[in-house]
Amino acid sequence: MTQTTDYSDNSFALPSLTKSASDDIQEKFIAAILFSCALVSVFTTFGIIFIIFQETFSFFQEVSLAQFFLDTRWTPLFAQRHFGIWPLLNGTFSTSLVAMAVAIPLGLSSAIYLSEYAKPKVAAFLRPAVELLAGIPTVVHGYFALLFVTPALRNFLPLEVFNALSAGLMMGIMITPTVGSISLDAIQSVPRSLREGAYALGVTKVETIFKVVLPAALSGISASIILGISRAVGETMTVLIAAGQQPRLTLNLFESVATLTAFMAQISGGDSPRGSLNFKTLYAVGAVLFVITLALNLASYIISHRFKEKYE
Amino acid sequence: MAQSTQSDNSLNSAEFTDNIDGREKVGKVFEILFLIGLLVGLFVLALMLLNIGHDGLSSLFRPGFLTETPSRFPERGGIRPAIFGSVILGLIVILVAVPIGVGAALYLEEYAPKKWWTAFIEINISNLAGVPSIVYGLLGLGVFNYLLGFGATLISGALTLALLSLPVIIVTAREAIRSVPDSLRNASYGLGTTKWQTIQNHVLPYAIPGILTGVIISVSRALGDAASLVVIGAVSFLTFDPGLFQRFMALPIQIFSYITRPEPGFANVAAASILVLLFVIFALNGVAIYIRQHFTIAK
Repeated sequence: MTQTTDYSDNSFALPSLTKSASDDIQEKFIAAILFSCALVSVFTTFGIIFIIFQETFSFFQEVSLAQFFLDTRWTPLFAQRHFGIWPLLNGTFSTSLVAMAVAIPLGLSSAIYLSEYAKPKVAAFLRPAVELLAGIPTVVHGYFALLFVTPALRNFLPLEVFNALSAGLMMGIMITPTVGSISLDAIQSVPRSLREGAYALGVTKVETIFKVVLPAALSGISASIILGISRAVGETMTVLIAAGQQPRLTLNLFESVATLTAFMAQISGGDSPRGSLNFKTLYAVGAVLFVITLALNLASYIISHRFKEKYE
Repeated sequence: MAQSTQSDNSLNSAEFTDNIDGREKVGKVFEILFLIGLLVGLFVLALMLLNIGHDGLSSLFRPGFLTETPSRFPERGGIRPAIFGSVILGLIVILVAVPIGVGAALYLEEYAPKKWWTAFIEINISNLAGVPSIVYGLLGLGVFNYLLGFGATLISGALTLALLSLPVIIVTAREAIRSVPDSLRNASYGLGTTKWQTIQNHVLPYAIPGILTGVIISVSRALGDAASLVVIGAVSFLTFDPGLFQRFMALPIQIFSYITRPEPGFANVAAASILVLLFVIFALNGVAIYIRQHFTIAK
């Protein structure tokens, strides 16, 4: 494309070769606008941190840290109020555990198959199909968990209507593409020479995968798993719909549990006015969730960046 | 393994058998296991679509389902306010998040000096991409509902979803901008253009297909997000199409509320609403895939 707008109307005339002052101002102005666009993301982070911790601070003026971290009952909506966070952490932990038990093997085998076995044409078709799974809204997973997976499993397991198992299973399917596509990138960036070195020593393909490729891609794979855990911890609709709203300290996956996120959604739907203890409780639970996911995301970021330095 | 004959004293070469047939068999078993692992996800996807299609198709084609307001009875009424809400939400997300997201990406790729604070902005964006959507709901509730005083309205929901989409748009736009060859920029500079003229006339046109793909994917995620809107306070029952500063509905919220109704029959309406949402999302993703492939062929 040719640049004509700045020149005189007669396109054959020589353009002015001196940089005009207005050009300079315009350039600086544009750079400033683009910079402020980048700042929006910084403000978003500070906004989240400020708002969450402001409300959490006033929460802890009404509820002591001991009540929050040492009590084992979570009943903020009952007359007899207890604010022990552990039952909610328990719910988040058990559903995430099931989800990762599904997502890690499925995600890794998808990644290995697509990278090491599938013919390029097959992979070109399968990869978007797997990624399509990631685009399905989580209410849909919740619907399927509650109305298909749970009834199906109840044929041979003593499940409650709402239970951690079905919710966790569907959440695992939901997270599989996250684990899969990041692991796939990691596995594909293992240099071909490493594989060929192994083959030259008479090692079979599957032995090469387990003893050469996967160890070489380990940091990328770990990053994908940590990111998957972070998604599981933050996932709301599936667990809200299928795991229920019973804050319990239990490792029994057949029972109903409440996760951090499910409680937040529950208390939001109840229209708690600003300034009420319920409203502050929403933010205090949000703070716990935010801190956990932040730690996981940063860990994943750091691990994957070490990996980048190693191979580029 | 073969190389262990040298280092491992317990074996001497006479005893060593490579057992290559057995090892290849193990390999075959694992290949099949990996394939099964890949297919399980796709199988569940197919099962999900069949199940929801089976539950929802009859309600979907009921007259008035797409054009009427909700009813307390599952066999009557429709989901028009929810569709309307989702369309407006999507449009505002595009209007707000795309310029800011592309602007931020341009800054980070074309302008940003390598300083500690650019590294900070980058870590920050990659972290924001992993913040759960319900936490964005908390931000929106605090900033748009209360601080700016919009209340639980369509505009609060839309701006929250815009912030939610921003990181993905920035990340994909950056990739698209990074893939523009430097030779194009240098050729343009060689003709005496300014930085912005180069970006405007060469970098952006080249990067647009990649940017569009990212935009479509992130908008389709935003359209399917319910958690943040639950916190903002989207309602599950409306008898009119909401204005910008009115209480609002959206498809995923409508679906959630239908799922939680105990009366029989609502599950079918939920499934039918899911079909509408999935149709929109699959159509958007199809467009994204088309753009991506069309673009790769053209290059």
